[in-house]
Amino acid sequence: MERIDVLVVGAGPAGLAAAIAAREAGCKSLRVIEREERAGGVLRQCIHNGFGLHRFGEELTGPEYAARDIRKAAELGIEIDVSTTVLSVSNDRVVTVISKSRGLETIACGAIVLAMGCRERPRGALSTPGTRPAGIYTAGNAQKMINLMGLMPGKHAVILGSGDIGLIMARRLTLQGAKVLACVEIMPYSGGLNRNIVQCLQDFDIPLYLSHTITDIRGSERLTGVTMSRVDENRVPIKGTETEFECDTLLLSCGLIPENELTQRAGVELDSATGGARVTDRLETSVSGVFACGNVLHVHDLVDYVSEESAVAGRAAYEYAQGARDFAGRVKVVSGNNVRGAVPQFIDKDSTGDVRIMFRVGKILKRARVLVTEGNNELLSVRKPVLVPGEMVNITLSGEKARSAGEITVSAFGGDE
Amino acid sequence: MYDIAVIGGGVVGCAVARELSRYNASVCVIERQSDVCMGASKANSGIVHAGFDAARGSMKARYNVRGAEMMPELCAFLGVPYMNNGALVVAFSQPERSEIERLFAQGKENGVKGLRIVERDELLLLEPKLSPDAVCALLAETSGIVSPYELTFAMADDAAVNGAQFMLDKRVSGAKRTDKGWQLSVGGDESVECRLVISCAGVHAGEIRELFGADSLKIIPRRGVYYLLDHEEAPAFSHTMFQTPTPMGKGVLVTPTTHGNLLIGPTAEDIENADNTACTNEELQKALLMAKKTYPALSLRTNITNYAGVRAHPEDDDFHIGEISGAEFVLEASGIESPGLSAAPAIGESLAALAAEKLSLTKKSSVLPPVQQKKPFREMNDDERREACKADAEYGAVVCRCETITLAEIRASLRRPVPARTVDAIKRRTRAGMGRCQSGFCLTRVMEAIAEEEGIPLTRVTKQGAGSEIAPEYIGDVLRKEADDGKN
Repeated sequence: MERIDVLVVGAGPAGLAAAIAAREAGCKSLRVIEREERAGGVLRQCIHNGFGLHRFGEELTGPEYAARDIRKAAELGIEIDVSTTVLSVSNDRVVTVISKSRGLETIACGAIVLAMGCRERPRGALSTPGTRPAGIYTAGNAQKMINLMGLMPGKHAVILGSGDIGLIMARRLTLQGAKVLACVEIMPYSGGLNRNIVQCLQDFDIPLYLSHTITDIRGSERLTGVTMSRVDENRVPIKGTETEFECDTLLLSCGLIPENELTQRAGVELDSATGGARVTDRLETSVSGVFACGNVLHVHDLVDYVSEESAVAGRAAYEYAQGARDFAGRVKVVSGNNVRGAVPQFIDKDSTGDVRIMFRVGKILKRARVLVTEGNNELLSVRKPVLVPGEMVNITLSGEKARSAGEITVSAFGGDE
Repeated sequence: MYDIAVIGGGVVGCAVARELSRYNASVCVIERQSDVCMGASKANSGIVHAGFDAARGSMKARYNVRGAEMMPELCAFLGVPYMNNGALVVAFSQPERSEIERLFAQGKENGVKGLRIVERDELLLLEPKLSPDAVCALLAETSGIVSPYELTFAMADDAAVNGAQFMLDKRVSGAKRTDKGWQLSVGGDESVECRLVISCAGVHAGEIRELFGADSLKIIPRRGVYYLLDHEEAPAFSHTMFQTPTPMGKGVLVTPTTHGNLLIGPTAEDIENADNTACTNEELQKALLMAKKTYPALSLRTNITNYAGVRAHPEDDDFHIGEISGAEFVLEASGIESPGLSAAPAIGESLAALAAEKLSLTKKSSVLPPVQQKKPFREMNDDERREACKADAEYGAVVCRCETITLAEIRASLRRPVPARTVDAIKRRTRAGMGRCQSGFCLTRVMEAIAEEEGIPLTRVTKQGAGSEIAPEYIGDVLRKEADDGKN
């Protein structure tokens, strides 16, 4: 069996950043496994711009952003095994992979970084009534068809859900000559970034219907139309509020699910709020020597933070592979009032540096305040003009304060609370 | 000129064709859809019923008992997933207990073995997730589950290997009596001539009868919706869990599938249009509510998909199998609702024998063996996977991540005797796209495999036949047409 120090699963932005950081920390024996034919992950199909503002101080397209990491990885001599699928990860860090060129391989790893990203919620998960014709695709699948395959999925489209990929696709379809009739969101707020609402919907006069959902789908071979209804505060459709759209395409942008099947089968504990692993500030999961970062850990809004987070995982994985350390105890991070899925869930007492905590809020909070407390003791208080569920919030806590605590709670409050 | 034309490529039509392929006869199957197994045969509960439900002396009882008897051996022969998991018909009140006792007695009269009544304590030990409101249940040990589409495909392949011709995308729209038999119009100027016709037309059986000028038969389309849950967790029940039946059918069941998913449904709703397989919100809610009676802790968190099937409910509540009165040399299997899947092998056996008698056919001296389906990659161990890759490198290319389906298997499905030609046809033959992401990952890869194999552009790849192109145009086409329209 082959033995290596660090194996990275996935060569999207998370996997690339983790691999680069591990190599820069001195890791020589490193493999990156990628199931697609090329590295870059979903960025390959994100040909719009807006990536890299925080990290590079300039606006790049997805492929440009990915190319910078791919080039860097090549300069560092990092091998990326493309068209290779990971079949299993065991809790003692043996990874089985398969490819056309090399067949089945088993690899014993000093440490593993999970960077598989996420997938889109399909129609079945929504139980939308109606028929099952051609013309219903996840927004990301439609994006792949248009941007990577040169195919037009349809000409008259309705978008269900207002996640970022759906918003981007509303604009992309319009630019390509299709008519986008509506973007329909069941929640009273959008799940996407505000800049995308403005630049992808408003600039093209595409109406956004909040507190609405699709209640019927028609057509036998190809989609011929959908019915939209308003929903009440419990998200139940209200009779008599139906509007019909004639369309041949329905794109779904109804949420992203971290792709954690390998993680679960390795015995890693997941957090029901994020759908990802429960990790320490080193991004180590409940299985020793297995790390997770990027969208497989929690769904990010900006790739810049994915890269930053993943570099931490890459360095920590290499550190682990060099020799296990003694367990020094952990501080538990609890998601409090209005806070969903704070990551990391634990802070190692023996790690160093300030701790970045990321989370989402459960509703729109204006004139907001984020509080980190230990019991009645306030460790950090940050004011933010507005917090929305579509955007990830991140705060930085002094490492010294964080590690001296027993358990800390992250909460957020609106101005009226 | 064929000896026999079978109308309809569902599970019954394919069972009939397979049995006919054992005779010295030329056989064709005419199917209006782009693939076999496109109607109720693909959208049902996949249960091999023990045979206690049908009234004594009915055609349903006779064919169910015989079909269920044939099923294990047939599935083993064809390499189709079948499990003898047993069924429980649960009573939730004392009045329902008397119905359970009636079914028990009826089952014995029908000749069903392995029946007994299980009291509450034992019942809850057998199925710990069953509602504590359960009073007792009829246990049917011989009840089983089968993959209904895999059974249909395997029978179709076996028939094709032994000479049956499959004509897809052909709708029988007229029938003319000739001196040799029948001339069937199948669209355009095309026609098929044959000596004898066997109608296995499912929900359209009544219309087919009319084409032959036979006595009419009323088929009521009865729709039912289903939920299919992911197999990431082991199924909550090992037995097929029925509720005490009502006049509308066997009620909503909760059952494991042969692939380890949990299946919930169907409801029963009489509808006008036999081809309307839409799920309505009302029926989806009803199915959920009814299933919770059996399984109170049911959560839809792992729901993969919903679908609806339309049963061909005969007004007189029994199968019609045999000659049709008022039309010579026309046989039928009509009104085949539940337990039609269980009965299909027996219907095939019986109708083929009847056709042979009418046309004085002789049995072939030898039959070609079925095409052995290779062990699915997802069921192989590491050594088997290593060997599979050495024999065919395309086993190393995983196309469907949820179900772990490889390019080698996709390719094989495109080359079966009755080949897959559409995305859905591949899905049902290989399971690619049947998992939790519902083809979010593999759709474009499957499209590429079809385009390559068929030598067609990607824009002509369909979901389920003509008119269901996944992406009908290239990106430039839409703008170019707009520009051209502007000029005119």
